[in-house]
Amino acid sequence: MGIENLFLGFQIAITPFNIFVALVGILLGTIIGVLPGLGGANGVAILLPVTFTMPPTSAIILLTSIYWGALFGGAITSILFNIPGEPWSVATTFDGFPMARQGQGGQALTAAFSSSFIGAFFSIVLITLFAPLLAEIALKFGPPEFFAIQLLTFSSFVGLGGGNPLKSLVSILIGFILATVGLDIVTGQLRLTFGFTDLMKGFDFIVAVIGLFGIGEILLSVEEGLTFQGSKTGMNLRVVFDTWKVLPRYWRTFVRGSFIGFWMGFKPGGATPASFMSYAFAKRFSKNADRFGKGELEGVVAPETAAHAAGVAAMLPMITLGIPGSPTAAVMLGGLIIWGLQPGPLLFKEKPDFVWGLIASMYTGNVLGVLMVLAFVPFFAAILRIPFAILTPLIVVVCAIGSYAVHNSMIDIWYMLIFGVIGYVFKKLDYPLAPLVLALVLGDLAENALRQSLIMSQGSLAIFLARPISGAITAAAIFFFILPIITPWWRRFRGLPAAAPARPEA
Amino acid sequence: MRAAELITASVLMLLGGIVIFDAVRLGFRWGADGPQSGFFPFWLALIMVVSCGIIFIQAAFDQTHKSFVSREQLVPVLKVLLPAAAAVVLMQYVGLYVASAIYLGFYMRWVGHHSWLTVFVLAIGIPVATFLVFEKWFLVPMPKGPLEAWLGY
Repeated sequence: MGIENLFLGFQIAITPFNIFVALVGILLGTIIGVLPGLGGANGVAILLPVTFTMPPTSAIILLTSIYWGALFGGAITSILFNIPGEPWSVATTFDGFPMARQGQGGQALTAAFSSSFIGAFFSIVLITLFAPLLAEIALKFGPPEFFAIQLLTFSSFVGLGGGNPLKSLVSILIGFILATVGLDIVTGQLRLTFGFTDLMKGFDFIVAVIGLFGIGEILLSVEEGLTFQGSKTGMNLRVVFDTWKVLPRYWRTFVRGSFIGFWMGFKPGGATPASFMSYAFAKRFSKNADRFGKGELEGVVAPETAAHAAGVAAMLPMITLGIPGSPTAAVMLGGLIIWGLQPGPLLFKEKPDFVWGLIASMYTGNVLGVLMVLAFVPFFAAILRIPFAILTPLIVVVCAIGSYAVHNSMIDIWYMLIFGVIGYVFKKLDYPLAPLVLALVLGDLAENALRQSLIMSQGSLAIFLARPISGAITAAAIFFFILPIITPWWRRFRGLPAAAPARPEA
Repeated sequence: MRAAELITASVLMLLGGIVIFDAVRLGFRWGADGPQSGFFPFWLALIMVVSCGIIFIQAAFDQTHKSFVSREQLVPVLKVLLPAAAAVVLMQYVGLYVASAIYLGFYMRWVGHHSWLTVFVLAIGIPVATFLVFEKWFLVPMPKGPLEAWLGY
């Protein structure tokens, strides 16, 4: 049945209008990925209002295409400018930038785009196979199971996110608390408004995303002085084909990176650890381990494959369970609700054309994406040569437009600025921002699931452990929550050295 | 860095306290037909206050001396932030397009020292382009002021 559905999806995804939408999305997405301060999440958030008048399938194709474009764009800045646009591009700079300095920028970029494509493609195939099964299983889920999955989502930020686990926890709690502000739809009471009418609407997560990631990032980058010392792209058709001839040699790295990426990626915040893990494995198994960090092609292949596989895998829980695996997927989930679709397992039954159109568009979007970035790298790299005194205010204005457009309200632009300052401070103090955004998005869903579960059990928390599926998931969640506590103890027990400080911000 | 850590943790504890206060007012126990409105926020805020308390203690004993932000770093940040806040105030009176033209022009000239020609072309060109894209193409209305009214929008 999968093949027919996929075929149906392709019929939707390759209509001329949807191809056009995908091309526009990839173009915008790559520009967004290249620009400092604009990443996938807030790029999608800013352009969300533009999709309100589109058919839902075209709208999601636009947003996912922006996401693919932003993923590709991150590689360009990492390799040519040593500026990782996203945390998961950090590992790409290790070998990508030295290669570009040695005049091999073209090879590095070709390898990065090709690996991204292969990693993404692998994940899309797995999504095609597993998404319907997962949705089928999820149909049997009740409120306790959904709440348990939410617990698991957030526990993985605390247990696997790196950095200070308490700060991850606080970020999650802030997100949930912000989500409760306003009208409580169950009891009809106003919560945390303290008599201010402006607070009655609550905080929109799209505005939070634009402020935290967009404005916050801009403030951080002007602080660092913003001097772009870019290398030449050195990209032409011969370089592309010559690199492609070399790439099959790294098939083991591709396979390993894809598996690591997919496995880490469908859990939240997985893309960054996946890219580092894949890089570390490639280095360990490589014959040229000492060349890593000095411009080894495999050092570009490994993290890019894993990061893209993870980036795509983050879509799996979003379409099957209605629980996003990354801030970008969270914004898309918000879009789904705005377009009048109910995210969750029922989507496969009720809107098969939407779901399969989306899955098919992942194939077309990534094929179009890799061809476009290969062809237009010099153009995208030129964007970073625009003087920052022009780019900076322009990005601020674009963010303001995006925030206002969500609800047509001025107060949202103020919230955006405040979230920008919060984002700046939190980023400097290593409070991760991604869990805050996910909690803000999922707040209402989580609270409702908790309430319904407690009503089912007459107020006993034991319900989460008593049911088999939710019990297993809850146990896993508890394990991740206490992982930061048991890890140092375990290391001492085994006589291992203390963990190296992990990278914050998943 | 330490001061910033301590202040952030304290502010978050204070906010958590305010949330707990409101949650208690709403009722955080078991109601007639399920948990009361304050139940969820109460527990969230309580865990947050405790976590921030531990972060506060961790930071207080932290010996590394790294400054949170230096004067040289803060100046460019404020140069973006304060004009942006001014532009938002201005938006309420003259609309988004005029305010962004002024903001773009001001920043390009003041920080970037670009030539007046560049400043004028871009500061007027960019808002006009956004106007065409959003108002005309995507039909997303933005706050407008007297200038747009005079032009008939």
